[in-house]
Amino acid sequence: MKDLNIYMCGVGGQGIGLLAEVLLRACHKAGYDVKGVDTHGLAQRGGTVISHLRIGKKIHTPLIPSGKANIVIALERLEAARAASEMLAEGGKVIYYDAEYQTIGNRLGKFKYPTHEELENTANAKKGEAVRVFEEDLADPRMQNIVLIKKIIELEWISGVDIEKVSEALVELMQGKMLEKNLNLLKV
Amino acid sequence: MKKFYEQLTDKQPWNGLFMGNHAVARAMLEAGVKVITSYPGSPTPEIAEALNSVPQEMRDYHFEWATNEKVATEIAFGSSINGNLSTVFFKSVGLNVASDSFVQLGLMNLTGGLVIILGDDPGANSSQNEQDNRHFARMSYIPVMEPATPAEAYQMFLEAAKLSKQHQMPIILRLTTHVCHAKELIKFGSVGESKGFRADFDAKNGPYLPITRAVFPLKKKAMEKLDLLKKVSEKSPFNKIYSPFGSGDINGKKLGIISSSMPALSIMENLDKAGKSVDLLQINFSYPMPEEMISDYLKGRDEVLIIEELDRIMEYEIKSLAFDRNIKCRILTRGTHEEIMGELTSERTWDILSGHWPQVFEINIDPVHEPFANPRIAQMCPGCGHRSAFHAIKQALPEGTITVGDIGCHSLGFFEPYNMGEMLLSMGHSNGTAAGLTIGNERRKVLAFIGDSTFFHAGLPAIINAVLYDHDFTLVVMENNTTAMTGHQPHAGTGEIGEKISIDKVLESFGVKFIRRIDTYQQKKLAEYIKESLDHKGFSVVIASHPCMLKFMKQQRRKEGFVQKHVEIDQNKCERHLTCIEKFGCPSFKKNDDGSITVNEDLCIGDGSCRPTCPVSAIDFKKEAE
Repeated sequence: MKDLNIYMCGVGGQGIGLLAEVLLRACHKAGYDVKGVDTHGLAQRGGTVISHLRIGKKIHTPLIPSGKANIVIALERLEAARAASEMLAEGGKVIYYDAEYQTIGNRLGKFKYPTHEELENTANAKKGEAVRVFEEDLADPRMQNIVLIKKIIELEWISGVDIEKVSEALVELMQGKMLEKNLNLLKV
Repeated sequence: MKKFYEQLTDKQPWNGLFMGNHAVARAMLEAGVKVITSYPGSPTPEIAEALNSVPQEMRDYHFEWATNEKVATEIAFGSSINGNLSTVFFKSVGLNVASDSFVQLGLMNLTGGLVIILGDDPGANSSQNEQDNRHFARMSYIPVMEPATPAEAYQMFLEAAKLSKQHQMPIILRLTTHVCHAKELIKFGSVGESKGFRADFDAKNGPYLPITRAVFPLKKKAMEKLDLLKKVSEKSPFNKIYSPFGSGDINGKKLGIISSSMPALSIMENLDKAGKSVDLLQINFSYPMPEEMISDYLKGRDEVLIIEELDRIMEYEIKSLAFDRNIKCRILTRGTHEEIMGELTSERTWDILSGHWPQVFEINIDPVHEPFANPRIAQMCPGCGHRSAFHAIKQALPEGTITVGDIGCHSLGFFEPYNMGEMLLSMGHSNGTAAGLTIGNERRKVLAFIGDSTFFHAGLPAIINAVLYDHDFTLVVMENNTTAMTGHQPHAGTGEIGEKISIDKVLESFGVKFIRRIDTYQQKKLAEYIKESLDHKGFSVVIASHPCMLKFMKQQRRKEGFVQKHVEIDQNKCERHLTCIEKFGCPSFKKNDDGSITVNEDLCIGDGSCRPTCPVSAIDFKKEAE
């Protein structure tokens, strides 16, 4: 496969770290050379949290250059819009969970919160696409990341990353009820 | 599948996807490090996360969160001169705290060996500056290794430990944020049999007392050790040439680049992309600099561009080397102030390269990706006790009050809508700064904040000073019973390490005359205490306490039968005063297009700290469906 840059983002506390770790391991299990890097520290407190995952034989740095992400995976709409405009490559794809976490600027009326159409326009302007994911009766918001991964598997955006590889990664990363719930969600 | 700590402690060699910080922890076990100390600070706390994952009975090392970085350094020094291989690690600015003892280490015969891991933070991702700690190395005669990748961090730690033991000298392993947190597949070696702790201190191994003229033989020895290490860096496999398209002529000129650590990776990507015969000398064993290797590189090229991250350190040393040796190569460097700041990502290094050699690195015509308007800055979590404190305190302050911030989650109080804690220098600066603001000031009240971990870390000397002079300001201790910002590490006041040290009793014993303690959720009472304390003539303290709710909720969610509670807004009562979103500012509130306020249940933790802020009591606990 060609080199692939996967940029993941969301708001601190949403579970970007787990999403990134699951995909990193699943891609590795699918036989790819992987490099990744996460945000830690201050931004984890409700700020924009990002994670880079790069697949390819000749990748040196784990950081995706701006405007070079082939796939953007976002856990929140505004962060999806930010990534679509700053990070998405020509012909790239955005998939996002449609959670809406307003910024202080939104609440104080200084900025408008982006709509799906605006996000789509940004992606289309780069000859790309934007896919919205939302699950009405999801019991636990902390499972939104798994809903997204499931959709990515369905869309076959990362060749070779299937339910089996993702499940194996989950088994390595969690246990007990949480593992059970996530595995069930993946298989439904 | 093995558990994380089982992987970490596996005696056999294995390959695994590991983060830089975790890889360094594995290297410590392979190298047989006996004593490891630290104070929490990004980007390094995950090293401790790994070390602490190992059950106590399985450890043949001692790990300790010290009160601050200086104490951590001294413990590592003490154990090293007892014959134990030791390691101390902390963030970039942690070295400032440690520096009084750290700068002496190069003079000492460290019989057990000592590796100092520094987490520098180019880009100031979670720091108050982006200081370049390579300066400290030169000041202290201590060698520096700068890995570019997690795998190299692991290998370099092993090499640093070996050299440190062999030459009985300190060695710095300088990591940067994205080396600490990068992940990749790493080939690990084996862990040997445990050797046990030593208690071999002997003054004859020294001397260890550098006073007046006794300094000079020690200083001389430190410099001689550096000379020895220069021979090692000359031959180090960590210093190497990358030439994907050879090292030929371009328009009759031979071009080269010198760089180090992570920016060198950015340059490698750019060399791959450019496809021309420019090569790169990557110097990752960077101090002492391999002069022969660099001279040879310069002599073989017509133009060499030096690209290093942050300050111009390598640049000045290479230029002076070229001058001394009369090397004719033209040396090019970064030009603007902007290029001295921030991380050198691949797109930024491309711009530097194309600025000098547009014939090789075409000037970037990609559309500029403007930063997306509508920033999302970090903020206090839903239910955070600090939010209740800021909300209550703000209302209690007389016009013109100066508020002094400090380091911790409560630094976020400076942002909208609270705008409190208007200046910040360093850990624990607030009491000293506040005292200075009171001098000759009859007109404006002064109020300082400090976190509970910081209180013990660096707060005490300035508090004692404030008591002695009875400086007229109020200190608010923002107590949350943990070191929250860096990931909930214990501190002296939490009772998780030894017996809890009471902040109240410490203050009493100092002779502080005005001390009040209050849970921050009791906003009204807290506001009263603040007014009272500001009226008090002289130094006063209010301990504004509430447990970190992020930590608390994590613990709650693990419990059997946990039900997530929420608050809701009674739309019939709501008169849209907007206090909840504009003044209290909990991120769980959502402002809808029709102007109504609702609760985002993904975020709300049902703590109810917002309830007293509503002037018409429209916020209340939601009756959850069974």
